[in-house]
Amino acid sequence: MTTPHPLETRVVSRRFDQPDAHTLAGYLASDGFRALEKALAMAPDKVIEEVKASGLRGRGGAGFPTGLKWSFVPKQSPREKYVLCNADESEPGTCKDRLILEYDPFAIIEGMLICGHAIGAHRGYIYIRGEYRYLLDRMEQALAEARAAGYVGKNIRGSGFDFELHAHTGAGAYECGEESALMESLEGKRGIPRLKPPFPAVSGFMGGPTVINNVETLASIPPILLNGGAWFAAFGPPKNGGTRLFCLSGHVERQGVWELPLGFPLRKLIEDLGGGMRNGAKLKAVVPGGSSTPLLPGNVAWDLNLDFDSVAKVGSFLGSGGVVVVDENTCMVRFALRIMQFYRHESCGWCVPCREGTQWLQTSLTRFHNGGGRAADVDLMKEVSENILGRTFCALGDAAAMPTLSILQHWRQEFLDHLAGKPCPFGARTTAGAVGAH
Amino acid sequence: MADPALVHLTVNGQPLQVPAGTLLIEACKQHGIEVPSFCYYPNLSLQAACRMCLVEIEKMPKLQTACTVVVSEGMVVNSDSETVHRARKSAIEFILTNHPLDCPVCDAGGECELQDMTFKYGAEQGRFVEPKRHREEQQWSPVVYFDRPRCILCYRCVRACGEGMDVWALGVANRGINATIIPSHQDHLECEECGNCIDICPVGALTSGAYRYQTRPWEMQHVGAICTFCGDGCKTTLGVRNGEILRGDNRDKSGINGDFLCIKGRYGLDFTRHPERLKQPLARRDGELQPVSWGYALETAAKRWREIQKAQGAIGVIGSTRILNEEAYTLQKFARQVLGTPHLDHHRTADFPALFDALAGRGAESLARLDDLKTAPAVLLVGGDPTPQHPLTAWNLRWGYRQHKTRLYVLNSGDIKLRRQAYRYAQVASLAAAVRYLNGEGEAQSAPLTGVAEPSEKRWPQTPAAEVARLDEGLQDFRARLRQEQDVIIVFSGDIAGDSVRDLVAFGNSLSGQTRYLALADNANARGAADMGLYPDLLPGYVPVAAGQAGLNLEQMLAALPRQGLASLYVVGANPFRSHPVAAGDLKQTFLVVQDLFLTETARQADLVFPALCAYEKAGTVTNTGGQVQPQRRGGGCEGAKSDLEILHRLAAAMGEAAWGAADPDRTLQEIRAQVKGYDLPLAKLLAGEAPLALPLNGRVPRAAADLPLRPHHDTLFTAGTLGRYSATLNSVMEGRADKR
Ligand SMILES: Cc1cc2nc3c(=O)[nH]c(=O)nc-3n(C[C@H](O)[C@H](O)[C@H](O)COP(=O)(O)O)c2cc1C
Ligand code: SF4
Ligand code: SF4
Ligand code: SF4
Ligand code: SF4
Ligand code: FES
Repeated sequence: MTTPHPLETRVVSRRFDQPDAHTLAGYLASDGFRALEKALAMAPDKVIEEVKASGLRGRGGAGFPTGLKWSFVPKQSPREKYVLCNADESEPGTCKDRLILEYDPFAIIEGMLICGHAIGAHRGYIYIRGEYRYLLDRMEQALAEARAAGYVGKNIRGSGFDFELHAHTGAGAYECGEESALMESLEGKRGIPRLKPPFPAVSGFMGGPTVINNVETLASIPPILLNGGAWFAAFGPPKNGGTRLFCLSGHVERQGVWELPLGFPLRKLIEDLGGGMRNGAKLKAVVPGGSSTPLLPGNVAWDLNLDFDSVAKVGSFLGSGGVVVVDENTCMVRFALRIMQFYRHESCGWCVPCREGTQWLQTSLTRFHNGGGRAADVDLMKEVSENILGRTFCALGDAAAMPTLSILQHWRQEFLDHLAGKPCPFGARTTAGAVGAH
Repeated sequence: MADPALVHLTVNGQPLQVPAGTLLIEACKQHGIEVPSFCYYPNLSLQAACRMCLVEIEKMPKLQTACTVVVSEGMVVNSDSETVHRARKSAIEFILTNHPLDCPVCDAGGECELQDMTFKYGAEQGRFVEPKRHREEQQWSPVVYFDRPRCILCYRCVRACGEGMDVWALGVANRGINATIIPSHQDHLECEECGNCIDICPVGALTSGAYRYQTRPWEMQHVGAICTFCGDGCKTTLGVRNGEILRGDNRDKSGINGDFLCIKGRYGLDFTRHPERLKQPLARRDGELQPVSWGYALETAAKRWREIQKAQGAIGVIGSTRILNEEAYTLQKFARQVLGTPHLDHHRTADFPALFDALAGRGAESLARLDDLKTAPAVLLVGGDPTPQHPLTAWNLRWGYRQHKTRLYVLNSGDIKLRRQAYRYAQVASLAAAVRYLNGEGEAQSAPLTGVAEPSEKRWPQTPAAEVARLDEGLQDFRARLRQEQDVIIVFSGDIAGDSVRDLVAFGNSLSGQTRYLALADNANARGAADMGLYPDLLPGYVPVAAGQAGLNLEQMLAALPRQGLASLYVVGANPFRSHPVAAGDLKQTFLVVQDLFLTETARQADLVFPALCAYEKAGTVTNTGGQVQPQRRGGGCEGAKSDLEILHRLAAAMGEAAWGAADPDRTLQEIRAQVKGYDLPLAKLLAGEAPLALPLNGRVPRAAADLPLRPHHDTLFTAGTLGRYSATLNSVMEGRADKR
């Protein structure tokens, strides 16, 4: 349970302070399943139109317009259609989906049912990150209650609409959050991504047309249906509709997850919600949207508004909403190494540049950080990162290369300060394996 | 007008025109533009993993993998830009970071795609200074070894084994830099041991247990021979050093088998080096077989046969299904003209005479080649189990299923592996009754038919649930669906013969579209033996002997032995006593001459044994079960042994047939081309290995007086009669042990 902050606009998180929202009774007491009722009375096309009007863009990282995604699903299909909820939340810096899973699991269920009605699917799966074991229990509990009360299953509440819904866990692979790898994993196979096209809307889970959305995306659907797309869109600047959950972590006084309208100033997030920089230190860098997004130097970040377009304008992404604040006492070589340890560990290994490149960068950065660096390594690491960027099978390669390149670009001097013989100016030492995966 | 089936694109400024649906990498290849690749392999699923084939395509923001992009109208491609070259160089650099570069000792050295690519596209110098990861080599089976650091994870082996072989014994374990290929059973393989994964491996990560570390590719001669095991006639390239055959493979993909070989074709050929090979003629003296000179042995045979002829004793001749066409033709001539006997036969495993009789002289349009199975819209398979018995046939059927959605109808009395690819599967108690039913109008319930079994789990491509419904409609539905087909190839094994074959053709005739036939016979030149007239009642080309002149068939000859009914039996490259044991006493009055590679059950009882060369040691032609004639080339040798052709000519000379002259396979081939109906094939095509189709269709073939039951060998993947028993490699794999008979 979290109490709202005065600056928050609680839409998705509106039940986060309601102690019993995770029970069916509690959910029903606060508008629960009213959006579904409304949606079922609408033609599927109209539901999709409403979602389009909301300007909702995917909260999983790529920011793809949700209504558009739903509209790609063919009306007629010889194969069964599916709705998948991506609850694999593994992007470092991101910890918002877990709150929804914990405090408002029925909102996800309701969002999926509405999606099912909109695209003509009758089966869905919620793929929950392996480490979120306790949230699987929470979700199964909710599903059991919903099923018992006729909100999941055959002929839902007498509407004639059937929808089966199951929860499933991953086994600890970041890559299984990539939508097609998730489908492979859900099918019981090794979690590697698939060739696209075909895209999931045409051929996804079990080869059937599939919509896959992030937890937050799906939990945004019921309020959109209840209040109308235009209402939701109005929270943010044009084409950046609505509110979203921002996960603030790093060197601030108070870390946390807050729901803010898109376009909210980053400075206010740090100062007003985060209580300012920890110990009054100076801001060095900001990761604007999870570890996969290029880091922004403090001065650029300071004046940034948190919406898709503004962040893109300064060369990064709003990603998954994970804002990591980095202060002046941080060694950026070590930061780069820590990030690369994550990607090297999480690379699925399918394609050459990511598999070999992350290993190369990790070993080079380790050597570098331990005082064995050569001047030529800086440009070499940049080139290795460039050779990964845009050439891999899936976006994980880019996700490893982009932050590294941004660090090499903006904090090149810190690398030069580490050259042979010189100890880490920040006193931080690390060796490969000293830091866990994530 | 632009042809809608053609797509126009530009690559490096050059306009290309290719059929719609073509992959960009193939379009480039067709026009001589090389796009390097590792993970791409034609006709296997797409991986896009190695990133070697990246090219620039206008209007696309990132480099694209040419191996996955399908050409589209107006596409503008650059495969030769600075960016593309940099990407390739980098892909090679990444691949080499953890590659051991132990080329000087690697089996693949000299025929390694990574070496070639590094030479062509790579950087001169590595920039990776971190320590490389080392792992010990692993033995996965007697024939498959894996050297993990050399593996570039192109997944070709995984697909060759899964999609190609339908064995799925190889997989990928772990992730990221720890990702590795793994065998089916943790530390070892249990599979079909075909070795296709080894041939398809672009580097030396998978190596052959039978060949590794023996020599270097450039120290061998490479001889294109035809496999001497089953009747499918795969080309196998023999690697020969100092007259010794060290390996077989088909890396150049030049034969009718493309890149396929089964375990027998690839590894079975080590029987040629077995220490028990016969290298000297043997004669029985004081009850023991003892080495004698060729001159003595030939004289002895000639003398005894002349005596027997004078005494009007009966002489039986049993020919081989593995000797070359020239030898089979010469053997029947020797029997009929020199020995003057009509008692001639061979071990029959498919009823070619019944098929040709039923086809009544129809032409090439009624016969299917093995290749046709790869593109056939529908195939009806009656009897047999091609996976172990005709591995190339099975490979082609799976190919058709994978690439062309071939509807495979299986009629079988057992449960065969091809069930996984079957569109309809009828497991019946009696094939003859089932075929009769197909060709009739009756109801399916009638006795020995059982129902249609459940469909198998279909693995590739994934079949929509709707199509994997229970198949319980029975034979009636099976027949009804077949009747709707417009183009069917009917494949049948030696499990049906005689009137069943005629019924099957009558059913084929009743279908509205095109129908073609393929009979599956068991050994490498079983078809040649039949075409060349190793029959008591049929001359070469299935021409009947004069009425009343037919001799004893194989069973009748063997039955005559205990009655002392044969004064002599001459067995060439066959081992009839294995399946029909004969007591020593039964042979008291019979002069038994055996010509073989090894001291078989039959040879052990002989009075005279001639050591023979095997197919890999002589030149001539062979005909596969589908009638395709291919040249056999001499790979190795065996000091002391002679070819069957030479032995026959020497015997003829010893018997006073001066006109026969010295053995000359070319001259015999000319004679066959002139004399045997259907064998007047263009010599250039034949010698170029184009495998032209022999058409010995002479109109009706009269039925033999006595119907000889067929005796298919029912070989497993690891058995192949005598030769298989003497192959150390076939005997070494664990999967084969239970099969040894
Ligand atoms: C390596 C990788 C990991 C990802 N992990 C997640 C994740 O944990 N959760 C998530 O919602 N999306 C993740 N995504 C994004 C998904 O592929 C996909 O875009 C998303 O589930 C779509 O939902 P949305 O449109 O609602 O954002 C990941 C993508 C990549 C490339
Ligand atoms: S970029 Fe390649 S190796 Fe990395 S996770 Fe994606 S597919 Fe796997
Ligand atoms: S030998 Fe053949 S069956 Fe065995 S793993 Fe290799 S490809 Fe598969
Ligand atoms: S073993 Fe060979 S074929 Fe298999 S993935 Fe490795 S390099 Fe490719
Ligand atoms: S399929 Fe037959 S011809 Fe081909 S390699 Fe195997 S045994 Fe030889
Ligand atoms: S050949 Fe295209 S990615 Fe490997």
